[in-house]
Amino acid sequence: MTIKLFTLLLQAAISTLGISLISIAMGFVIAIILSAATLSHKSIYVVPARLFISFFRGVPLLVQLLLIYTLLPVIGINVPSIVAAIVGMSLCTAAYQAENLRGGFESVPRGLIEAAEVTGLSPRQTFFRIRVPIALRLTFPALINEAIMILKSSSLVSVVGIIEITKMAQDLASSTYLPIPIFASAALIYLVINSIVALIGRFAERSLGGAST
Amino acid sequence: MIFNPQIILEKLPEIGSGLLVTLILWLVGIAGGVAVGFLVATARRFGGRAINLGLGALVEVLRGTPFLIQVFLLYYGGPFVGLMLDPIPCGLIALTVYAAAYYSEIFRAGYAAVPPGHVEAAECLGLSRLQAIRRVQIPEMALIVLPPAVNLAVILLKESAVLSIITVPELTATVSAIGSQQYAFLEAIFVLAVIYWAIVEATGRLGRVAENRLSRLRTANA
Repeated sequence: MTIKLFTLLLQAAISTLGISLISIAMGFVIAIILSAATLSHKSIYVVPARLFISFFRGVPLLVQLLLIYTLLPVIGINVPSIVAAIVGMSLCTAAYQAENLRGGFESVPRGLIEAAEVTGLSPRQTFFRIRVPIALRLTFPALINEAIMILKSSSLVSVVGIIEITKMAQDLASSTYLPIPIFASAALIYLVINSIVALIGRFAERSLGGAST
Repeated sequence: MIFNPQIILEKLPEIGSGLLVTLILWLVGIAGGVAVGFLVATARRFGGRAINLGLGALVEVLRGTPFLIQVFLLYYGGPFVGLMLDPIPCGLIALTVYAAAYYSEIFRAGYAAVPPGHVEAAECLGLSRLQAIRRVQIPEMALIVLPPAVNLAVILLKESAVLSIITVPELTATVSAIGSQQYAFLEAIFVLAVIYWAIVEATGRLGRVAENRLSRLRTANA
């Protein structure tokens, strides 16, 4: 195990980080739409959103990735495999994040919303000034957890041939015959990244905290 | 591409055997994970500081790294330290260890959530330490632990699909192989999605039933 091999793994880590970050961000946007749909109480919105969430939470991510990877060309959409991977991961994390957001919105205390209405805030203001900030604060820890899950799940995109930490480790392990040090180093890189994310989460939670109760 | 259910019907026995492997891996993984996880959590709670820190570090490593990397380490790295494993036992070990790490955290939270006053009260009433753990602490934990434990079971089912990558002949491997042999990707993915989804839904329902039962049992005894 040389420095050179480790550097290659570190370079691949940039790809892991990029894929994860884009997926989490895109997933978050889709999740907002999904959770708005599930909270709308109109069955034309609720039913499709529930189905979407149930499907993406109930089927393994690997199967979802294979689905998107094989189906997109079949229906005539030819995109690079990296796009397919990011779409798959975004849809999956969107389903999880939507459930978190829904939980957050539902646990905003009723009294606060009533108080906002009594104070004369319009429904729109109540939504953006009261419900959204409180719900986001309540779901923040879950979001950090989800980010860590996605960082780990991103190892699955190696299956569709995208070079990230896991794929790089696999290639290096088969060409150097050093699977133990290489996979252990890959594990270490994931561990360090996830620890940093968890640390940022704890720090942010503390600076956001207090007002949440 | 036309959806051809005939292919699914023709390959039903193969799909069944893949499903069986997945179910066995999953259930044995859960059972092993719960048992080892409980032991780990108990050792961490009652075994002193060194054991707590050592096991805690191990659990953090297992929870902080992708399951796929752990599987590769065991499957490709194992032979270098004299651990030649076939795909199925390798997958089973990897899944059990992974499950144990997560279950141990659930049990740890469960231990922490039982008010110490209850155990002290039991001891004051003359129950031995072991009796207090067995009669008071564990029953109280069960209710707290059940929802996250069911949740984890669902996650483990989905993680078991990852084992297809090291050629474990489980559901995902079997069905996607059928898909590429028969050029029936749509049918294959449809079968996979439906089966996994059905098991996940059923597990969730079962978990809620168990939760209701258990909470009724507790309030009846209280």
